[in-house]
Amino acid sequence: MTSISDREKLSYIAAQAADARVNVELETEGMTLNIGPQHPATHGTLRIIAKLDGEQVVAVDPVMGYMHRGYEKLAEVRTYPQVTTLINRIDWVGSFANEVPFILAAERLMEVEAPPRAQWIRTILFEMSRIANITLFLGDMGLQVGAVTPAFFAFRDREHVLNLIEAVTGGRFHPNFDRIGGIKDDLPAGWITETRRVMKKMRQYCDEIEALVEGNEIFQARTRGIGVIPADIGLSYGLSGANIRGSGVDWDVRRDNPCGMVHNETDWKVWTHPDGDSFARFWVRLQETRESTRIIDQLLDNLPSGPIMAKVPRIIKVPAGEAYVETENPLGVMGYYVISKGDLVPYRVKIRSASFNNISITPWLLKGVYVPDIITILASLYFILGDIDR
Amino acid sequence: MSASLNIIGELAYWQQTGIRVGAGLAAVLLIAGTLVYLHLFKLVSFMQSRLGPMEAGPFGSLQLLAEVGKFLQKEDIFPRKADRFVFAAAPFVVLMSTFLLVVVVPGGPDAWFIDTELGIYLAMAVSSISVIGILMAGWGSASKYSMLGGLRATGQLIAYELPLILAVIGVVIQAGTMNMQGIVFAQAEGSIFGWDGIGNPYILTQGVAFLIFMIAMQAELTQAPFDMPIAESELVSGYMTEYSGMRFLLFFIGEFATAGVFSAVAAVLFLGGWYIPGIDPNDNIMNVLGPLVMLVKIVGLTFVVFWARFTFPRFREDQLQKLAWKVLIPLALANIVVTGILKVAF
Repeated sequence: MTSISDREKLSYIAAQAADARVNVELETEGMTLNIGPQHPATHGTLRIIAKLDGEQVVAVDPVMGYMHRGYEKLAEVRTYPQVTTLINRIDWVGSFANEVPFILAAERLMEVEAPPRAQWIRTILFEMSRIANITLFLGDMGLQVGAVTPAFFAFRDREHVLNLIEAVTGGRFHPNFDRIGGIKDDLPAGWITETRRVMKKMRQYCDEIEALVEGNEIFQARTRGIGVIPADIGLSYGLSGANIRGSGVDWDVRRDNPCGMVHNETDWKVWTHPDGDSFARFWVRLQETRESTRIIDQLLDNLPSGPIMAKVPRIIKVPAGEAYVETENPLGVMGYYVISKGDLVPYRVKIRSASFNNISITPWLLKGVYVPDIITILASLYFILGDIDR
Repeated sequence: MSASLNIIGELAYWQQTGIRVGAGLAAVLLIAGTLVYLHLFKLVSFMQSRLGPMEAGPFGSLQLLAEVGKFLQKEDIFPRKADRFVFAAAPFVVLMSTFLLVVVVPGGPDAWFIDTELGIYLAMAVSSISVIGILMAGWGSASKYSMLGGLRATGQLIAYELPLILAVIGVVIQAGTMNMQGIVFAQAEGSIFGWDGIGNPYILTQGVAFLIFMIAMQAELTQAPFDMPIAESELVSGYMTEYSGMRFLLFFIGEFATAGVFSAVAAVLFLGGWYIPGIDPNDNIMNVLGPLVMLVKIVGLTFVVFWARFTFPRFREDQLQKLAWKVLIPLALANIVVTGILKVAF
């Protein structure tokens, strides 16, 4: 320590002592708040162990796995067509979108491609499940920051889309409709006119949410500048979907890596927001819902005719090989890594679900925020518990 | 108070007291029931595109009795580490402040519970008692959520008491009395630039104070956008989290009855109270019509309260403290100064 003069040493010690005194005076007993697994804000069974200093969060530890259902392992003893029944339940508010990447991976291994009409209908249903999913978010975000009414509007208008999905697939929540080489059935009569009407209604719903929630000063005060994710940090945590587009990263698998779906046949736009805060994520999702209704409208305009199934054997044996397919699901990028040994059942399925990565940023993101902001940030990250735990 | 035919005045003191206590109970419970049915069950349901209760009684009007019956049957649960006496007493303290608050509200020239020169001063003082009850509930529950909720509520209620009281001062200066009856009579006998067709409801001259009073009242009632203490999406239900059965019902009644009683105070201060333009305020018929007029005004004001409650997101507690200390209190002080100057000038 010869390089430090006595004067510097003394001032250093004095500063240390002053710091210590301040710390002693302000020392408060910390509190560990256990949010969940049963808690109204986590809409599922996520548990968050928050260490608090007063109302401020010192450290956060998300505990996942309360809803682990072992779908990856279960898929190993199911034939390929049976697996869709399971993976429907991963993200239960936008079910159809879960099936698509798995079916596409199987199609890639079998080297079949769905006929154009099947691809069109698949894309339409994919976007519909996005609308069904994000409508719920738009209402739920209001609920989490304290406005009850938007949630009811969300459930009211989401019903229209669910009815459409039910009309085609027979299932409101779990369609189980996608098949290797195509889709199960064609569209019912009168569905297209009904869809156009509903899409107009959904755009009105978006306007309503814009006026009721997004434009509200209190909502903006609660969300703007809260939970800011810089683009590089977001990318390093593997965020995807609206969460990373809300940080200004222009990345959408639908446009950049289209596979088995026809989004690029239409004229659409990937929305991004430079701020990276909770408000930006909400805003991006609101725009995306509108964009989805426009995509569906355009796809209905040039819906091709023809068969809805390619030629596939009745008993599906997938040739040996590996395939990874990812799609831009409502919650973010969802991918299936399928390894086949040429059997009736997959040898191994690895599911990359968006919410697991999205929620893994919380220990970094929630440090130093207030307790109410935990809820705002979690709501704006938008996770579905089934999508975290699988 | 008045020289008109006074039926109550001819009774013995204990009979008068009995009638007034009974009427006070009825005023609190009937108002609470009306508000729960009209606003919480029906109005909000229509705003949220649903029907609300429809099965029990015509249009679900007996649902309230069913709910009360449900709460009475429930087990009265004490958390294991709860401070039992404090936990048990808290709902009564909260409800007590409501009952004490209602006694100053007049319903007619002779239809009053107590008639004191300190009317509004007493009202503001006893309304603070609920803070103690809420802090007791938060502490006694031995739950972290309740504790956070109780502390938030305490900070919020103390912060918003100031704008509430400061808003009232403007009215008191203008009326020249703190007596609630006196304030009603001052409005009934007032005039707007010489035109005395509708008297002079103080909402016209004290509009700023009325706005401040309504905002502070919303915060005192811990209704959204100021419901951070009971924020159901984070603190589950704040200081009420651990309560069940009868004690929860008491909190529930307290919440709605207080909304009604605060609205009654606001109606007296700003909307002219019980008087009807064109009828002599000392006429005996006002003892019958007055309470009805008050009820209409209470329902109207609480409509605004619940409309805001189910429309707005909630403030974070630092934001709502900022609103109280940096916006409402300076505004209320400015209002007092302006009122005082104008009072001296005219």
